[in-house]
Amino acid sequence: MIERIDALRGEGEAAIAAAATTDALEQARIHYLGRRAELPNLLRGVAQLPPEQRGAVGKAANVARKALEQLIEARGAELAGAELERQLAEDRIDVTLPGAPLPPAGGLHLLNATRREIEDVFVGLGYTVAEGPEVERVYYNFDALNHDPAHPARLRTDTFYVADDVVLRTHTSPMQVRAMEQHPPPIFLIVPGRVYRRDSDATHTPQFHQIEGLAVDEDITLSDLKGTLLAFARAIFGDERQVRLRPHFFPFTEPSVEVDVSCFNCKDGLTREGARCPLCKGTGWIEILGAGMVDPNVFGYVREHGYDPERIQGFAFGMGVERIAFLKHGVSDLRLFYDNDLRFLEQF
Amino acid sequence: MRVPLSWLHEYVKPDLDAAALAERLALTGTEVERVVHHGVLSVEGFVIGRVLSAERHPDADRLNVCRVDLGGAEPAQIVCGAPNVAAGQTVAVAQPGAVMPDGTRLRKAKLRGVESAGMILSEPELEIGVERAGIMVLGLDGGKPAPGTPLADVLPLATDVLELEVTPNRPDCLGVYGVAREAHAATGAPLAPAPWSEDVGTGGPVEGAAVAVETDRCKRFMARVFEGVTVGPSPPWLKARLMAAGMRPISNVVDVTNYAMLLTGQPLHAFDLDRVAGGRLVVRDGQAGDELETLDGERRRLDPEMVVICDADGPTSLAGVMGGARSEVHAGTTRVLLESAVWDGPNIQRTSTRLGLRSEASGRYEKGLAPEQAQDALALATRLLVELCGARVAPGTIDVDPPGGRDRTNRTIRLRDARVSGLLGAPVARERSAEILSALGFLVDQADDGLDVTVPAFRRNDVTREADLIEEVARIDGVDKLPATLPASGLAVGRLTPAQRLRRRAADTLAGAGLHEAIGWSWSAPELADRLRLAHDDPRRAAVVVENPMSADHAQMRTTLLGSLLDVARRNVTHGTGDVAIFEAGAVYRPVAGRELPDEPYTVGVLLTGAVRAPSWREPAPPAADFFAAKGVLAALLGALRVAWALEPAGEPFMHPGRAAAIVLGGADGERIGWIGELHPSVAAAWELSGAVAAFELDLDRAIEQVPGPVRYTDYTSFPEVRQDLAVVVPQAVAAAEVVAAVRAAGGPLLARVEVFDVYRGAQVGADEVSLALRLAFRSPERTLTDEEVAERRAAIEAALAEQVGGRIRA
Ligand SMILES: [Zn+2]
Repeated sequence: MIERIDALRGEGEAAIAAAATTDALEQARIHYLGRRAELPNLLRGVAQLPPEQRGAVGKAANVARKALEQLIEARGAELAGAELERQLAEDRIDVTLPGAPLPPAGGLHLLNATRREIEDVFVGLGYTVAEGPEVERVYYNFDALNHDPAHPARLRTDTFYVADDVVLRTHTSPMQVRAMEQHPPPIFLIVPGRVYRRDSDATHTPQFHQIEGLAVDEDITLSDLKGTLLAFARAIFGDERQVRLRPHFFPFTEPSVEVDVSCFNCKDGLTREGARCPLCKGTGWIEILGAGMVDPNVFGYVREHGYDPERIQGFAFGMGVERIAFLKHGVSDLRLFYDNDLRFLEQF
Repeated sequence: MRVPLSWLHEYVKPDLDAAALAERLALTGTEVERVVHHGVLSVEGFVIGRVLSAERHPDADRLNVCRVDLGGAEPAQIVCGAPNVAAGQTVAVAQPGAVMPDGTRLRKAKLRGVESAGMILSEPELEIGVERAGIMVLGLDGGKPAPGTPLADVLPLATDVLELEVTPNRPDCLGVYGVAREAHAATGAPLAPAPWSEDVGTGGPVEGAAVAVETDRCKRFMARVFEGVTVGPSPPWLKARLMAAGMRPISNVVDVTNYAMLLTGQPLHAFDLDRVAGGRLVVRDGQAGDELETLDGERRRLDPEMVVICDADGPTSLAGVMGGARSEVHAGTTRVLLESAVWDGPNIQRTSTRLGLRSEASGRYEKGLAPEQAQDALALATRLLVELCGARVAPGTIDVDPPGGRDRTNRTIRLRDARVSGLLGAPVARERSAEILSALGFLVDQADDGLDVTVPAFRRNDVTREADLIEEVARIDGVDKLPATLPASGLAVGRLTPAQRLRRRAADTLAGAGLHEAIGWSWSAPELADRLRLAHDDPRRAAVVVENPMSADHAQMRTTLLGSLLDVARRNVTHGTGDVAIFEAGAVYRPVAGRELPDEPYTVGVLLTGAVRAPSWREPAPPAADFFAAKGVLAALLGALRVAWALEPAGEPFMHPGRAAAIVLGGADGERIGWIGELHPSVAAAWELSGAVAAFELDLDRAIEQVPGPVRYTDYTSFPEVRQDLAVVVPQAVAAAEVVAAVRAAGGPLLARVEVFDVYRGAQVGADEVSLALRLAFRSPERTLTDEEVAERRAAIEAALAEQVGGRIRA
């Protein structure tokens, strides 16, 4: 009996080793360890054996069965691994095909992206953001901003009118007075928005965007204006920038200045190739905005709201978003901003 | 304003070249647009010549072969085409090698076979005059200039010219002497005395001429009478100076008035006194029927807002803008009445705008000149008429003020040291302020805490307050050297408001969903309402109308974003970009009855047409945008804002009748804030769009108002959720939203979520039926649900579906 067990074990071991597939291995398992196989049957028949044989035969059969089971398991793992590898090899793909496209990201219009960039700079400097009405009273657009009654900007050749005393605002400055009517000093405010002037060519569109700034307190100085705009210019155009103030004239600021930023396209007016820089026209400076100290006459319109011109002072500035975007991104014609051609929009 | 540097140098000569002076002026408030060169580039090769002989060219009737003494051993042979060349003339000659103003370099040449070693010059060839009829013949005075003398010693051949942009507050800089004063203050170079300091005329009454001023629009009228005038060409230096300053020489009398204007900033006008009927001028407002032929030959109809100068025969000059043809100085004029008057600036501006007639005079008057300037210009012009036109000045000066009197304001303002440093943020020494203000023509006296500063007449309108003086000091001392500081108070706290952050979030969500932002015009065409087929009483027809639009397409303010979105779509489609996904966020403008200003609600609009995605090898034909594509974008937008919303079937006249809905806030019957749908094909066709065009528009501010405060945490870990699927067959007419609403109502508070995840029409259901697959999620925040509880809710849902929407549960 013991010999038979040893023989079965030997046959089984050979069959398991010879099984080349998981199917063949399963056949071998059924043949040697299945319900009708001889070895399990021997085990089941142990009870009929004479008692003195039972122990030895039972033990031998058990050992043989366990050994075969272990071999099957090991061989099975081996075969399954090999078969998986074979399968994976068949699943090979052409990795050079294009990836499945994600929905492409859209984007903000360059003007609004620029507007946000500027807003964020001033929010960081402690300013809040306010919008005012685009259809505006002449009072806020001109009168309270110290434009004399004959100021040419009031002409119908220059300004859109919707009624005798209502215009499409020509700048974001009307919000200066509106804001001061609503809040006592100190006030630190920027006003982004659409404005309108009757002008149309490569450097003017009848609708454009401005950002107004207003800082009013008891001790705000022209030097503070310079420092503020220097911080702005560096944030937008790079940390190496300088700003330069040039005296100018605006009805609602006194003193008034135009502000230049040092050119970021050249060194001292010359490009790297040694040509005259087209951006700054060789001057090394680019005009970016107008500014000044709020004219006492403007405070006169909001005196009863806490703005006594003898006690309160501050600065205001106004910049064109188109101009900033156009300088920073080299856009050749301002009208491109309003064509909304996707070939343009997708670039930014 | 063109300022020839050579002219400026007569009054102030800083040790700076043109570019450096321009920069210095720019940094002190006088903007120099550009520096240009006038005349020849180099004076080399231009000399005086004397014509020894001039003989007909053997082969050309119009040419003369001249022998010209150029001061050398041998005369030069020069071929000349001018008809007026003759022996004995002193002429200007360009020798071979000389470079003409246009840049051509002269060479020896053969003209019809005859050698020519140079060129005898005319005025235009040197840009110093406009006489084209022949060569320039120079006067000879005691044998001078001698042949061979450099031409530059005799004529102003070349100068740099500063082109200034003078700001409207500085009419004093519309004259060369005013610019010289500015350059004096800016550079410290000494300033020569004013060219009008010496007056050869006299005061007192004038015989033979009179002036009456009947309108306050005339601020002062001065005049003098000149006899024995000889009208002729001006001397070359005067012509050259006018040319460099950008004016054409005309005749000596007219040139003198222009020269005096360019130097002083004060316009003058010369009348032929023999053509002033009655010898008396009346200055009055225009009257109905007034007509006048101006110097340019145009007949002008005047209105009561214009000021006119009349003689006994009626209007003869348009005050401050242009003289009249009838009293114009002409070749035979011998008696001149010279007007030096000052007019109301805004009135002149209006007149010149109304008539479309701008002149050097009106451009200066409209800025508002000081009455005192009339005296200066009159004195200067008097001297020049006597010197250059052989005139005798008659005794006396006409000097008439308006009925209301003339402005004689003489303002003295205290300039406090503390205020200077307080406004600028850096101190300026009192002595420096005094030096600057004196250089600019102000009178300065010491005071306890600063200076008492008296404003000169020519700055009367511009400098009225202490702040104005501080500006004068700051700009000359140099605003560019101020320190860069930041406001010190530290009270500023910057932030965006919640609404501003949500507007940004909305735009970011749309951009993240693949849409590009467009910025359209705020205007629209009035016909847009018709093209969108809006009913005659649709509120979107009521628009803010622009009274003076730049084009008919922009005649009113938009009441919907759809027009500009469609315009953008058309533009892109016609330029070959057929797949368009765009949005715009901005104001629309709605008039409000009884209010001066319209509402400007912040609105967002979306438009999709063409494929929703780019094709790829996995999806060669991606689906085209349709209602559900737009609804998906809407869900992303309002989901990002965390606003509860729903759609209600509702039409718009411009939309596909079966694919349109209203966007409402909250659940059904909420506030309508916009519309969504596919455009009616015939509306889309009006924009040349052929495929489906899906769009929506909503009032974003209204949506933002509904955004809840900070979201509160919901426990999702303590008690598990039970998920079940349910398929229900309903008649096709039942909207999915109705099924969901019925499920939600029957599910009660334990039903946490329900959504439609599949829709089936076909063989397994009836022809007019649809099967919806719903995913249900039950959850209680307090306990783990039992099977019985869930089964009970599900039974209630199934019953409600059967009862309310005719639903039948599919196994
Ligand atoms: Zn540059």
